[in-house]
Amino acid sequence: MTERNVDILIVGAGPAGLAAAIAAHEEHVGSVLVIEREKEPGGILRQCIHNGFGLHRFKEELTGPEYAQKDIDRIHELGIPVECSTTVLSVSRDKSVTCVSSENGLQLIHAKAVILAMGCRERPRGALCTPGTRCAGIFSAGTAQRFVNLEGFMPGRRVVILGSGDIGLIMARRMTLQGAKVLACVEIMPYSSGLNRNIVQCLQDYNIPLYLSHTVTDIRGRERLEGITVSRVDDHRKPVPGTEMDFDCDTLLLSCGLIPENELTKGAGIDISAVTSGAVVDDMLQTSIPGIFACGNVLHVHDLVDHVSDESFRAGRAAADYIRTGFVSPEYISVLDGSGVRGTVPQKIRIPADNPVTLSFRPADVFRGSSVVVECGGKELLRKKALIFTPGEMVHIVLQPGLLHDLPSDSIIVRLERN
Amino acid sequence: MEQSITCINCPVGCRMTVVLSDTGGFESVSGNTCPRGAAYARQECTLPERMVTAVIPVSGSAIPLSVKTSKPVPKDMIPAVMGELSRVCISVPVSLGQVIIPDILHTGSDIVATRSLK
Repeated sequence: MTERNVDILIVGAGPAGLAAAIAAHEEHVGSVLVIEREKEPGGILRQCIHNGFGLHRFKEELTGPEYAQKDIDRIHELGIPVECSTTVLSVSRDKSVTCVSSENGLQLIHAKAVILAMGCRERPRGALCTPGTRCAGIFSAGTAQRFVNLEGFMPGRRVVILGSGDIGLIMARRMTLQGAKVLACVEIMPYSSGLNRNIVQCLQDYNIPLYLSHTVTDIRGRERLEGITVSRVDDHRKPVPGTEMDFDCDTLLLSCGLIPENELTKGAGIDISAVTSGAVVDDMLQTSIPGIFACGNVLHVHDLVDHVSDESFRAGRAAADYIRTGFVSPEYISVLDGSGVRGTVPQKIRIPADNPVTLSFRPADVFRGSSVVVECGGKELLRKKALIFTPGEMVHIVLQPGLLHDLPSDSIIVRLERN
Repeated sequence: MEQSITCINCPVGCRMTVVLSDTGGFESVSGNTCPRGAAYARQECTLPERMVTAVIPVSGSAIPLSVKTSKPVPKDMIPAVMGELSRVCISVPVSLGQVIIPDILHTGSDIVATRSLK
């Protein structure tokens, strides 16, 4: 085993890791190293060949590979090393990172600061409790996307999609354009969590029916998938007998939500939020272990890569700041989810605050003509109105440091209020 | 003739009703809450357009090449564009932004590479 030292080590070279590395390098004179388990940097963007990325950050609509390339070019310009085909096995409390690759064998790297940017993974069949046989032909939508877009083969011919998340919708169109027949998209909730744009351009354009308040209640097939049964569900998401429809299909794609990939985080003993499934962080995106930071989809699942990059630039700057100054042991106020709000990040804010603090959360339901209210001990700090809040779209609000002085309580509450 | 469509510009997703003349010309739109909705409704009911993205095999590379149209093409031409893409033969190297098929099917849109392959 070889041993070496770096200043800032970043786990993952997806959009989060690349942005964190760029910001860390720009703010810091020491060494920055990125570790990536795939053969090339770019993360999930490599397989997201559709367009629509980068509208906020670059003011143009890019495809996933084009967006990733902008950051990769910058990484090369700055000379930041990215070690690909290298898997991180563990991260320890003292910021030692164990990783392995065919080329370099086992390595122990001692870092002064670590940024976790491992991204997220899709909820698998086992987590959905779907009945039926365990035949081949059932894939997560992202796996199918990888097969079609990166490996160049089709996973099936007659397809049903369970879940109407954006990846599922994108794959409905992708499979259709490559010659498959997509029979239906089935969603257990009474609304789709996907963007309107994707419902129109990926389903309606190709006459693919969307069954809301429906789910898969049987899967048949011995070797390969032969068919599935779809039933309507009631208000409690229980299947309604007598509403069964059979579909003759060889492929079922699952697009049923994303889960931050936090095995390394848990292994390090970092506190995890039960709501976001990501680390508990402060406004510097620092986890419960000083000097270890988290950003991007490993922290909480985002909708837009632009927001991932933005958050990760902040994590990179924070890690550089940590090395430069070491944070003095701060005083914190906690940030709590109020009614209608889920998974507010960060969960705590250092006071007195000297920089603006971005709070991000998901609405628990669809709210029309409502307001976000931030309050502390009964005192209203901020109120912001919008035409609509939906669970599919993360809300970001900025608290100016001036708002966080002379607070009457040691916690602030974020809630949604119907007008 | 009336046609109902959902606006895609933002999460509000306004349900709009468009009135078209007998010849398919745009006459009026209702149900939108902003001018972007009206513009989208007019475009969508007269000449709907889409960006097309796909991958094509490249000789000498295990990874296929991702490509896009340089600007949106008429929606009803998507199958024909995909057909053209299935017939193209190229080999490495390819660089990001390289034109693979100029002015595909006289749409005025080029097929360009969205990644590099060595």
